Amino acid sequence: MLTSHAEVLSPRTLTEALAAKASHPETVALAGGTDLMVLIEANKLDPSRVLNLWGVPELRGLDAQDGWIRLGALTTWTELIQSPLLAEHAPALVEAARTCGAVQIRNRGTLGGNLANASPAGDSLPPLLALDAVVELGSARRGLRRVPIERFFLGYRKTALERDELITAIYLPARVDGDETFFRKVGTRRAQSISKLSFCGRVRRQGGQVTLARLTFGALGPVPLRAHTVEVALEGGPVRPQLAELLLNDIRPIADVRSTAEYRQRVAVNVLRGWLESLVG
Amino acid sequence: MKLSFVVNGAAREVEVRPMARLLDVLREDLRLTGAKEGCGEGECGACTVLIDGKAACACIVPAVQAHGATVQTVEGLADDQRLARLQDSFVRCGAAQCGICTPGFLMTAAELCQRSQALSRAEVRDAVAGNLCRCTGYQKIIDAVEEALCADQPR
Repeated sequence: MLTSHAEVLSPRTLTEALAAKASHPETVALAGGTDLMVLIEANKLDPSRVLNLWGVPELRGLDAQDGWIRLGALTTWTELIQSPLLAEHAPALVEAARTCGAVQIRNRGTLGGNLANASPAGDSLPPLLALDAVVELGSARRGLRRVPIERFFLGYRKTALERDELITAIYLPARVDGDETFFRKVGTRRAQSISKLSFCGRVRRQGGQVTLARLTFGALGPVPLRAHTVEVALEGGPVRPQLAELLLNDIRPIADVRSTAEYRQRVAVNVLRGWLESLVG
Repeated sequence: MKLSFVVNGAAREVEVRPMARLLDVLREDLRLTGAKEGCGEGECGACTVLIDGKAACACIVPAVQAHGATVQTVEGLADDQRLARLQDSFVRCGAAQCGICTPGFLMTAAELCQRSQALSRAEVRDAVAGNLCRCTGYQKIIDAVEEALCADQPR
């Protein structure tokens, strides 16, 4: 039995939603509820006001515009999996969606919710970071602004979202020829489990040379991170799997209930090396 | 709030707190006790119902999000005392032991049957991975879902 007596507002338009958030910034935004309801039931959160965004049409939809893919903040994991557009442009994100929860969670959980919840283990975070995603935030007073995903996560469950703002959409650049991507989640079982660590990689190769590398990890620290040292070492030459060892310069894994720091460190290097080896063939 | 929604084909109205769990509204207010509470945090699938045709854990859906929606529970599967084909398959395959997880499995499988596409055994396993059976009677459950899916294929 859930005893929350929160007052709930269910706006019909984005304008209404932003106005409500601006007039009561303490209002907690509710998307699919798959994280929020669990927090409320565990008495970790007791909001006095909730903004139910589920019926706001402007926050839905998934389409291509001017070299970008726009994903409304309420795009569910199931919609990510079923989208032919994303299968072409962001297969690593689709793969991550497949590993998220199970069908009951994927039917309700949303991309915007995953970002706002900002769990270091959020399944979409490494792919969004590897794909250079841009987060669109809206406020009643200042309109829309766009924040590169790398500047969105500020600390443990802390984001660039201001108190009067809502996430409105996520933008992904269209896939470029020569881009190869990979996603791997390591957990106790395939369904439902929260990551011990997750990895997403993207390399762009032209004439056998790496011209761009993005190597991103989730659940290793307070925010999803990029392995800048390895990225820089990879760029400008052919793929060399032994560069995976440099990863120890980039990561300082945490220990928690799901795994030890040593395990995370070793597995992170192995997953990265394994993928780089598969690229060499 | 006054929650108006369609449950198992009938329009219902009930006075609820907006953040009440859909599971409690179904079980306590509407006395539809088919959906069970297992973990209460969206992990075990015992409370699975269909909302607008999509499987969801009713324990983590606030009542306010069911407003205007169409909800189907296990009580809505059978048609006038005649079991649905899916339920028949569960009976024939012996796919229930203690029975607590059965309504949830049936509703997850009901969403699969709507899509009526052929699935491999591995895909069926994957599709019901959000439902736990603590008696671990998975083989017969998977058998039953497979049988029902085959029956749904056009002949």
